[in-house]
Amino acid sequence: MTRLVVDRLRKTYGTGPAAVTALDEVSLEVRDGELLCVVGPSGCGKTTLLRCVAGLLPPTAGATHLDGEVVVAPPPAMALVFQDYSRSLLPWMTVHANVALPLRAHRVPRAERDRRAAEALAAVGLADQGRRHPWQLSAGMQQRVAIARALAYRPDVLLLDEPFASVDAQTRAELQDLLLEVWERHRLTVLFVTHDIDEAVYLGDRVAVLSRSPSRVKEVVEVDLPRPRDQLTTHARPEFALLRNRIFASIRSEAGSRP
Amino acid sequence: MTAGARVGSALGRAAVGLLVPVALVALWWWTSRDSDSYLFPPLGEILESLRDDWFGDRLGSDVAPSLRRFGIGFGLAAVLGVAAGTVIGLTPWLRRATQPVVELVRSIPAPLLFPIALVLFGIGDGSKVALIVLGAVWPVLLNTVDGVRGVDPQVLDVARSFRLPARTRLGRVVLPAAGPMIAAGLRIGLSVALLLTVVSEMRGGTNGLGFRIRADQRSFDTASAYAGVLVIGMVGLAVNLLFVAVERRVMRWHRGARGLLEPDRRPGSDRRPGQAPRPEPTAPEAAP
Repeated sequence: MTRLVVDRLRKTYGTGPAAVTALDEVSLEVRDGELLCVVGPSGCGKTTLLRCVAGLLPPTAGATHLDGEVVVAPPPAMALVFQDYSRSLLPWMTVHANVALPLRAHRVPRAERDRRAAEALAAVGLADQGRRHPWQLSAGMQQRVAIARALAYRPDVLLLDEPFASVDAQTRAELQDLLLEVWERHRLTVLFVTHDIDEAVYLGDRVAVLSRSPSRVKEVVEVDLPRPRDQLTTHARPEFALLRNRIFASIRSEAGSRP
Repeated sequence: MTAGARVGSALGRAAVGLLVPVALVALWWWTSRDSDSYLFPPLGEILESLRDDWFGDRLGSDVAPSLRRFGIGFGLAAVLGVAAGTVIGLTPWLRRATQPVVELVRSIPAPLLFPIALVLFGIGDGSKVALIVLGAVWPVLLNTVDGVRGVDPQVLDVARSFRLPARTRLGRVVLPAAGPMIAAGLRIGLSVALLLTVVSEMRGGTNGLGFRIRADQRSFDTASAYAGVLVIGMVGLAVNLLFVAVERRVMRWHRGARGLLEPDRRPGSDRRPGQAPRPEPTAPEAAP
């Protein structure tokens, strides 16, 4: 069953001769419970795509459908994890308050808010960090808080915008496994945007390759690697290398065709 | 660093800070000790007046009314400035509509508006408070507008994507984010309010710091007038220290987020790599 349909999405910034088209015509389908990764050359409008899908940015043409309904504003069943954790967590609140804050949107009573926030923090391994402030935590821990905030909101669909781009390699591997774990446990539908091909292949059920801007979906690659995935054995598989190379070649041909 | 050494170096820093004031007072004492000019009375006489008059009857009859006017005026300016600044900052068309008027009115030196305030609010406290508000409201208002407008769009995206209700968005996201800018505006407003308290009392009335200094000056009681000026200085210092103490508590997160807290108060964290310190909020130029 298809959960999220991105239907010929087009986004043009500005008008007249100064207009810049970021998305030409992007179409995607994310199935229920699927983890779909989107990769593309840098500056191909990945963030624009995600903001349109999330209902934060109105598209110029086309539409996003969530469970058959057109997305015109952020839907209650959708949560977003941003790339820049240092700007997406609120520094004037404790970690716990950050995670509990979105539950106000659903009018969750105080006691349940606290319980769900504590659960979400425990799920990302930060059970004892609730009383600290985001700026007292390391980069990886902050991004865990952002994931916990999204989990506490109990979304069906989770959108992530290059969430692990600004942490070190070791932390990135840990966070990737954390994401896979919560995805499986909560049966989430995930749209994961990244510029890291290895990451896309490692995480995804399928990988959609975007062309350079104005972007379209160039191809969608099926990732038939077995689950559960493992940082050592999955990366060592010959199929992993083949998929990685195929997508890499696809993106490089895009970068090379730059005028 | 041990606790003892920390206390020691703090005392050392305080001693350096006191050196210049103590030297100046000593110089003043020594050069004025035999003065018989009524323009420069001996410091001893000034201190006597400070002790007998200002810390005597005048504490209740003049200092207290001044503090009350100052408190009410600054409080009103703060509330009005933040409220109006928030509405204007969040409403682009309103900002465009009000900007010329705001720029015009705040360019008028507030003391010149005193005659109008007198006509509108009478010779009692009303006109004095009105003048204080009229002067102190601008830095608060302008900083609030800038602070509210300057909230990181990413933070607003977070608020929108999690569908925060408008009240939560304002109270938990927008106003705290604008907090450091608002605090900077309040601090300027504080100085302006104190200045206008004294000025308004000098222009009219029956008591208050400004009124009493002016009266002393007119009756050639220069020592007492000087003592009054010292009282104003002390009041200014006290309210500023109080304000800074409150601000440091409330805005602790701001220094923490910019990596400015002492290491022992930021348990177990390094400066995040690749993160530039956020710029210190700056106030637009002081009003009058």
